[in-house]
Amino acid sequence: MSLDYTNDTAAAEALIKEVLDQYPEKSGKRRARHLGVAKPTEEEGATSCGVKSNIKSIPGVMTIRGCAYAGSKGVVWGPVKDMLHISHGPVGCGQYSWSQRRNYFNGTVGIDSFVTMQVTSDFQERDIVFGGDKNLDIMIDELDGLFPLNKGISIQSECPIGLIGDDIEAVAKKKHKETGKTIVPVRCEGFRGVSQSLGHHIANDAIRDWVFDKGTPEFESTPYDVNLIADYNIGGDAWPSRKLLEEMGLRVIGMWSGDATLAEMARAPKAKLNLIHCYRSMNYICRHMEEKYGISWVEYNFFGPTQIAASLRKIAAQFDETIQANAEKVIAKHQGLVDAVVAKYKARLDGKTVMLYVGGLRPRHVTNAYEDLGMRIVGTGYEFGHNDDYQRTGHYVKEGTLIYDDATGYELEKFIERIRPDLVGSGIKEKYATQKMGVPFRQMHSWDYSGPYHGYDGFAIFARDMDMAINSPVWDKFKAPWKAA
Amino acid sequence: MPQSAEKTKDHVSLFKEPEYTEMFAAKKAQFECRPTDEAVAAQAEYTKTWDYREKNFARTKAVINPAKACQPLGAVFAAAGFEETMPYVHGSQGCVAYFRSHLARHFKEAAACVSDSMTEDAAVFGGQANLVEGLQNTHALYKPKMIAVSTTCMAEVIGDDLSAFIGTAKEKESVPADFPVPFAHTPSFVGSHTTGYDNMIKGILNYFWDREKGELKAGKINGKINIIPGFDGYAVANNREIKRYLDTMGVDYTFLSDVSDVYDTPSDGTYRMYDGGTKLDDARDAINAKATIALQQYCSDKSLEYIGAKGQPTTAFHYPMGVGGTDALLMKISELSGKPIPDSIEKERGRLVDAMADSQAYLHGKKVAVFGDPDFVHGMAAFLLEMGCEPTHCLSTNGGKDWATKMEALFATSQFGANCKAWAGKDLWHMRSLLFTEPTDLLIGSSYGKYLEKDTGIPLIRLTFPIFDRHHHHRFPTLGYQGALRVLVEILDRIFEMTDAASDISFDLTR
Repeated sequence: MSLDYTNDTAAAEALIKEVLDQYPEKSGKRRARHLGVAKPTEEEGATSCGVKSNIKSIPGVMTIRGCAYAGSKGVVWGPVKDMLHISHGPVGCGQYSWSQRRNYFNGTVGIDSFVTMQVTSDFQERDIVFGGDKNLDIMIDELDGLFPLNKGISIQSECPIGLIGDDIEAVAKKKHKETGKTIVPVRCEGFRGVSQSLGHHIANDAIRDWVFDKGTPEFESTPYDVNLIADYNIGGDAWPSRKLLEEMGLRVIGMWSGDATLAEMARAPKAKLNLIHCYRSMNYICRHMEEKYGISWVEYNFFGPTQIAASLRKIAAQFDETIQANAEKVIAKHQGLVDAVVAKYKARLDGKTVMLYVGGLRPRHVTNAYEDLGMRIVGTGYEFGHNDDYQRTGHYVKEGTLIYDDATGYELEKFIERIRPDLVGSGIKEKYATQKMGVPFRQMHSWDYSGPYHGYDGFAIFARDMDMAINSPVWDKFKAPWKAA
Repeated sequence: MPQSAEKTKDHVSLFKEPEYTEMFAAKKAQFECRPTDEAVAAQAEYTKTWDYREKNFARTKAVINPAKACQPLGAVFAAAGFEETMPYVHGSQGCVAYFRSHLARHFKEAAACVSDSMTEDAAVFGGQANLVEGLQNTHALYKPKMIAVSTTCMAEVIGDDLSAFIGTAKEKESVPADFPVPFAHTPSFVGSHTTGYDNMIKGILNYFWDREKGELKAGKINGKINIIPGFDGYAVANNREIKRYLDTMGVDYTFLSDVSDVYDTPSDGTYRMYDGGTKLDDARDAINAKATIALQQYCSDKSLEYIGAKGQPTTAFHYPMGVGGTDALLMKISELSGKPIPDSIEKERGRLVDAMADSQAYLHGKKVAVFGDPDFVHGMAAFLLEMGCEPTHCLSTNGGKDWATKMEALFATSQFGANCKAWAGKDLWHMRSLLFTEPTDLLIGSSYGKYLEKDTGIPLIRLTFPIFDRHHHHRFPTLGYQGALRVLVEILDRIFEMTDAASDISFDLTR
């Protein structure tokens, strides 16, 4: 169902120049390397999106990026449901991130699950002066007493921890000895690295160093054991994904980290294959498991029927003919739903243009889902992507697509104003400015409090939501009738 | 198959389908290694006991579900209330992503703010280079009239000196020498967002009154009254309501930080990064006002001290809600301005009192738990006492001993305060124990209270920042007689809904 179209390269290049002209010279030069237009390549169906990435943001330009703490606590560790996650440092980081990623889970909050709680050491001036290790020690005892059914505690470092020279690793080791529980120190201070991305990496390393090979619950393997890696279960995304995998006869022994328990993380090295959804945030631990335990890994994409079918076949190809036949059955079983969804929405969405600006994998992974509905991607970019993300993006976007890395508030506003796409998919910080311009918007981090969007069940919701955003009657009301030309 | 194109099920109902519930059960049984259901049920029951409450209140270090944010959030909010001002945060960039998201989620508005993105090298060498470059970029791209600088804890821990850095930036022509760049040091490990608000207001006044053209003294009185509203999630509507009173009374005034327009911009095809706000010239001239009134003392202590030192009379309220709160505010304005309170306002007052008299039987003796910033809790509790309710548990994570003493004094003014207690420095996990051991009829606070509502079954009324999960409440005032009327109706609605829900035989048509 792949759409064939190209975007206007010359217009995109002119727009980039116009925007760069507004910067002071030095900053303009630095930003120029992050803006580009997808170019044709020799490989059929692929483009090149050669922009620079994973470089420090320029001061004062209104980057959309977050920090390493956001990448570790907010993304990787926060969803692990049967652990307490201490936001270690001043109160703010934990407060602003409290319940803001919609990592759904089953469990009883405050009893055996702790995802929607904000636990912090609430640093005061004396902690900065005298260090926070002693209080952290006491705090862990208090938490273990109040929440005895917790399976472990992670310590998510905020900026001051690394600056004042606290030894949270020593505290973690001591408390592990005393309590017998898994205590994980994470050095994800917000000033480390250039974005959330280093936080993902540091969090991955913490799983390797403080969870793996520390004893796993008894377990009987089967040849069909897989881990579902780096799906954070936003609005329940991981569940329709898991359902598809189980339907094709695979056994998901660990789900990371949406709805995950510590046991599911610890057991992961026993799997036969790792299936990775968000490459950016968890490729590190997959590579580690490949090297150390010989577990290969496969990237997949469960957004929209074209990619779902391709991914199911790609995953099935790693197994025997039974699984491969099952994959075909799963695809066939859902064809009716797919046809009905496309029949209902394509007429309303055909030819509509979309600009994306998101994190992790979505700037590329959702493009075919839009195209399944007849929509076209005219611009896309990553908050914290690396070179390998942009390489992969070339397999998704068409020639002439505007590419922006670590876009600033100024750039996004100008790009949207000039291109005037039919839909923008980005985050809460971008939502309201875009809508004020009369351009429909969907949050593509949180699914705008909807979802799930993964799997066939999610595709129906995705199509419904894009339709309601684009075809809302409110967009016609922006001009007062006495002013309408 | 649970899903269809005709009746599309999303997360609200999809996961109740058997395909999913069976999958959840299998996952739990085979892979999760969770505690037994019996152990979970036993612990859940135990957390409702007095024994657990004592254990909970015995903790000294762990903070669990606090109801406060950190200083720079308040500083950003305060700065946004000035004409074409860009809030600028010196330090790590992740903080700014958080502040912007937090404000956007509450106001349903874009919240402009920049960071100078300090990373490891700045941690070693200091952030001067970031500030020099950052000011230049912000000035060129966003063309503000003022850039108001606050700090994250990273910059504070390494001891960056904003005054010196801004001086250097001006020498290097990042911004013109006369371009206003006020600043406030706002360490997150001191106080809360209310402290940061205070520091930024003081920083901006200090720039105009002492730094821009040397140290000024108050000159000829301009006849105006300054109003410092404080950090208020309802500022959009409350500021407008207070201004309506001032206009009706014919009092000339200057709001020192007014976000009512910038956090409530129209949808007409244009994105306004800046809108409204205190005119910079009005802020300059505010030194010559007759007096300054702060609507929230705990958001304004240092600013008032500074203004007082310039020889200007100051006075402060604690989020003056309800009949008495509004009366006191209006009488103070009248006293300071010499303008009488007109009949039209007195009539509004009468209508509020009329509504309270009509409904008093449903309010009398209702127990209410309240949490939030110290001024809000004080103002809310005062209004509850006027309605004959008992503000049983009054909790403020960022309230101190002084606040608790003031709360006790407030309780002592009314028979309805006899069984009420102020909990300074406590968090919402403490509140959970209070509500299980000494239940109330209602809970008033922010959206964070929804977990308490779910656990305890006590209905939550959202009346203070942040409100993420209900839309547009902040577009209607809670201050003034009209605001009080609206608060009264919200409380009554919940009481009537509860009564209807619990009624069978007495499911009365008229109440």
